[in-house]
Amino acid sequence: MQVDEKKNETDGSIDLMINMGPQHPSTHGVFRLVIWVDGERIIKSEPHIGYLHRGSEKICESEHYSQIVTLFDRMDYVGNLNSELAFCLATEKIMDVDVPERAEYIRVILCELNRIASHMLFYGVYGLDAGAMTPILYAFREREKIQNLFESVTGARMMHNYIRIGGVKDDLPIDFQQRLHEVLDHLKRGIEECDALISKNEMFLARTKGVGSITGPDAIDFGVTGPALRASGVAEDIRITDPYSIYDRFDFNIPVGTYGDCWDRFYVRIEEMRESVKIIEQAARELPEGDISAAVRRIVRPPKGEVFVRTESPRGDLAVFLVSDGSDTPYRVKVRAPSFANLQALEQMLQGSYLADAVLILGSIDLIMGEVDR
Amino acid sequence: MPRTKTLPHKRQMVNKKPSSGRRAREIPIAPPCLDPRGEELFEMLNEILPPDLKSEIGVCVDMVTITVPKESLVQVCQFLKDSQNLLFNYLCSISVVDYEESEQRFEIVYHMVSLSTYYKVAVKTSVFSADPILPTVTSVWRSAEWFEREGHDLFGVIFLGHGNLSPLLLYEGFDGFPGRKSFPFHDYQEW
Repeated sequence: MQVDEKKNETDGSIDLMINMGPQHPSTHGVFRLVIWVDGERIIKSEPHIGYLHRGSEKICESEHYSQIVTLFDRMDYVGNLNSELAFCLATEKIMDVDVPERAEYIRVILCELNRIASHMLFYGVYGLDAGAMTPILYAFREREKIQNLFESVTGARMMHNYIRIGGVKDDLPIDFQQRLHEVLDHLKRGIEECDALISKNEMFLARTKGVGSITGPDAIDFGVTGPALRASGVAEDIRITDPYSIYDRFDFNIPVGTYGDCWDRFYVRIEEMRESVKIIEQAARELPEGDISAAVRRIVRPPKGEVFVRTESPRGDLAVFLVSDGSDTPYRVKVRAPSFANLQALEQMLQGSYLADAVLILGSIDLIMGEVDR
Repeated sequence: MPRTKTLPHKRQMVNKKPSSGRRAREIPIAPPCLDPRGEELFEMLNEILPPDLKSEIGVCVDMVTITVPKESLVQVCQFLKDSQNLLFNYLCSISVVDYEESEQRFEIVYHMVSLSTYYKVAVKTSVFSADPILPTVTSVWRSAEWFEREGHDLFGVIFLGHGNLSPLLLYEGFDGFPGRKSFPFHDYQEW
């Protein structure tokens, strides 16, 4: 942490400039935040991003469509399957491919598990941000179960490259249903345990209630999406309002907050995990037999055109704008990353709050820098 | 003795050029397929969009598109946001597409969604390579701020009236615009 003093010319008070990051344990990646404080209050802040800019969108332009899926894995590296799905949906839409039922169900089950894993990570890390050491141990215990299940299905714990254009890579292992039920049983108990551990804790409430509030209209104006937007009382979930894949077949609710403060953003995610469990249970019950992939060639040449596909990733509206010129590589891929837009609202959330809360407010957005910088 | 081996078919990581040697393949075009909501929006836009804005309404796969000249971009955006039937209050993204060969080189695409009527639409405008300047829409949606900064960073498109176009993803003093098709992919000195 670097501190720089400057005397305010007009009223003689001293403004402190405090530099947080880019190597700071609570910035969740390489993210730099410059804060100006007057006493304990934050008067101005300026986020600096780009430390992880790899030019993913540009790399996409020189790769075959099937190779790009791996690049999407590395954008949102906590919700990998959700990012993979976004790209595959875009390509399938422009090619007009019908994905087999079984593949759709597998996708939904895995994406929702991934959402829980991502929210679990958030839960644990947010505990750390608030100064509580225990939650992360509980969160990782649950997350580990999901990761193990992923490993048995996709062969990898994080960079899966499992969702492919037209379907999925492999069929599920024979004992999948049984393992899934075990994981779900653990998860249901685990979520309740995690919730009981910290959500209503008095100290935790004191630190997060009324901190970093943002109103619904403001949040929409800043392009905030996902749990951060729902915490501000806007019932918007792309899985329901603009359903993709087969999400319109499942019965689940949109958890919504009231005040748009840190606690609401935290608790919306806890509630979302419960909703995800509901979706997985329904999908696992209805999981049909059949093909796992449509007949799609390895090197695809989609027709000329543009598609824009929005999906609900664990962090919000993950949209892919895909321009095809008819060749085997896309002409342009633009990723609308939810964290990128959510981060814009940080300045508004920090304005006027205490310096000690800066880390909590930052943590409550649930940033993934791989996605912000791309 | 160390042996160096070069792969015979090592793919050149350069920007794509139209292949001239091969047999020309006829490129199919993705057909429009609007859903009922999209058709509803298409008809409504044809009715209510003021003619003096010189906008053209089209369809691209499953999205209604409005192509506007850059002069009336802000008015169209403001109209789409304020109109009671549409209420496009949420700007999803701003994408810049570099059509290198075309005279109007950069196409800027604004994707917007209404969170009360749930319509979605893409507004497109093009600028020339010689002066890639167009007005900012930050006055309409505040979320445009970073999207425009990113577009300026990677493509060198200038959004006039934007308060702060300093580098966002690149570092200060980076030379060139890495998003453009003409930017070399591998043949540049790193750092």
